[in-house]
Amino acid sequence: MNVINLLRIASRALQRNKLRAFLTMLGIIIGVGAVIAMVAIGQGSKKSIQDQLSSMGSNMITIRPNSNVVAGARLDAGSVQTLKIEDVKALQKQGQYISAISPAASTKGQAINGALNWPTTIQGVSPQYLDIRAWQVKDGIAFSDADVTAAAKVCLLGQTVVTNLFVGGESPVGKIIRFNKIPFQVIGVLASKGENAFGQDQDDIILTPYTTVQERILSTIYFQNIYVSALNEQVTDAAVAEISQILRVTHRLKPTDTDDFAVRTQEELINTFSSTSQLLTVLLTAIAGISLIIGGIGIMNIMYVSVTERTREIGLRMAIGARGMDILMQFLIEAILISITGGIIGVGLGIVASKLVTIFLSWPTLISESSIILSFLVCALTGVFFGYYPAQKASRLDPIDALRYE
Amino acid sequence: MSNKILEIQNIKREFKMGTETVRALKGVSFDINAGEFVTIMGSSGSGKTTLLNILGCLDKPTDGKYLLDGVDIGKLERNELAHLRNIKIGFVFQAYNLLPRTSALENVELPLLYNPTIPQKERRERAIHALESVKLAERLEHTPNQLSGGQQQRVAIARALVNEPVMILADEATGNLDSRTSYEIMALIQELNQQQGKTIVFVTHEPDIAAFSSRTINLKDGKVIKDSPNVTIRSAKEVIASLPVTDDY
Repeated sequence: MNVINLLRIASRALQRNKLRAFLTMLGIIIGVGAVIAMVAIGQGSKKSIQDQLSSMGSNMITIRPNSNVVAGARLDAGSVQTLKIEDVKALQKQGQYISAISPAASTKGQAINGALNWPTTIQGVSPQYLDIRAWQVKDGIAFSDADVTAAAKVCLLGQTVVTNLFVGGESPVGKIIRFNKIPFQVIGVLASKGENAFGQDQDDIILTPYTTVQERILSTIYFQNIYVSALNEQVTDAAVAEISQILRVTHRLKPTDTDDFAVRTQEELINTFSSTSQLLTVLLTAIAGISLIIGGIGIMNIMYVSVTERTREIGLRMAIGARGMDILMQFLIEAILISITGGIIGVGLGIVASKLVTIFLSWPTLISESSIILSFLVCALTGVFFGYYPAQKASRLDPIDALRYE
Repeated sequence: MSNKILEIQNIKREFKMGTETVRALKGVSFDINAGEFVTIMGSSGSGKTTLLNILGCLDKPTDGKYLLDGVDIGKLERNELAHLRNIKIGFVFQAYNLLPRTSALENVELPLLYNPTIPQKERRERAIHALESVKLAERLEHTPNQLSGGQQQRVAIARALVNEPVMILADEATGNLDSRTSYEIMALIQELNQQQGKTIVFVTHEPDIAAFSSRTINLKDGKVIKDSPNVTIRSAKEVIASLPVTDDY
């Protein structure tokens, strides 16, 4: 028995009952369509969550000096000064996974505007810092690289500082405030960022060029931190490795030396995100499984009815020379044809449905090839799995009884 | 005549029904030569259906020997029997057993689909040829419900011819037809037998039909009670000619 003949026999049998074949397919069509559309919606929202997380700075990497041992006592992390402008330049030059970099030098102090004063932190950074933190300037402008070179006395105020130093809706832009007796011109106001995961108020800050803090306030050549933005979440680990490598060279560390710096990522944020998307994937897979099982049961049901209804046909086929295997293959191929055709239509329907969702509900969707291939394979397997038992029943009929079946 | 198509020797077939054993055939023997037109006659319960199933290789005897075209059936298993049916036997059934919603051509092609040695082109040609020989060349694309009972049975005969079997086995092939159409089918079968030399085994309970054959085997209670050649073979064509002319055909 060759396969082409079997295919011909099975497709002819299906064509005799087009409506029934289509209705049977419908279960599969809806199942596969739903899977494709759901996965597309899931992937789309995953992508948009991912983008939002990146904008929140989930790809931010923090470099700090490492703790040190002085006279047998281990000191605080950051107690040693190892990070310098050379490190920043080396990273800028050699880093392949780095999209933005900013050193940071900060100190606490009292900010004064006229009669009002407020204890806050002044942080010296580069203009790229705003990109790394995805921080917007709400009012006014950000400082520039020229301001960094000139160690200009300009600053950006966080919302909390604005609230405490300026009353009555007065715009701070252009005003002069003093920080530790040094006058700064306010050139911009930062958008509100709220509290971070640990309840710290991120808006209680003044940003200024790092050179200004280093030269005018702290008189140091060192930084407390270097902030780096990796190209995206996926390469964060690679970026960390790269940073360590570059810094070990610029710090002239011997292979036996331990790092005199520490590199930290936003692991918690990334972990939360990946566990959320994993849950989403599991949920969608479960729905996919259920809908395909229902479709498969539909196929099995119809194949059973079909075998009973076509008992005489099976008897005839056996009488004119079909072997049990031929009958088995015929019914199995019928089931697979139904499920695969349904699968193809379902994939089309799913793609159309996800496009419609994007157009009419403006939800982001992302059709993944893997979901198409997977649901298609599952479909074919469903056909085999649920078609086999009825097919086997058909193949075991006795031709004498089958021919005289009423 | 030494050209034996079929040889059966002392065939017995028993069925176990619970604790009882039903002996449907109690030792049947006869030979059939190539080109013969044999009718197997017998009333209900005479064992003719059982015999037909065995002759058609759908069933195997409990005891006895059956050689079909030189092949010993008793030694074959299910799949080998199926292959034998495919190449050596053409079945014609009382209820036609055509596939519904399937064209006459595709119905006739069916046995050849189970024979992988025949390419598609030859399959089509042979099916058309078989339908021509039953005078249905104009009805190739008609489905069974577009054909009359007699035409459907002719499609079934074409299906039995298409694999060029050594023997055509007809089971009450005229049982569902009115007498005029029955004679037409018999005329066709006679023509196939006499002009193309096809060997035909026709199972029936109507003595009327048996008169068209060249030999009649009578069964009763699982035994052959009479096996004799027909001295005067009626011609179905002449019978039709003698019937009053009607409007319905």
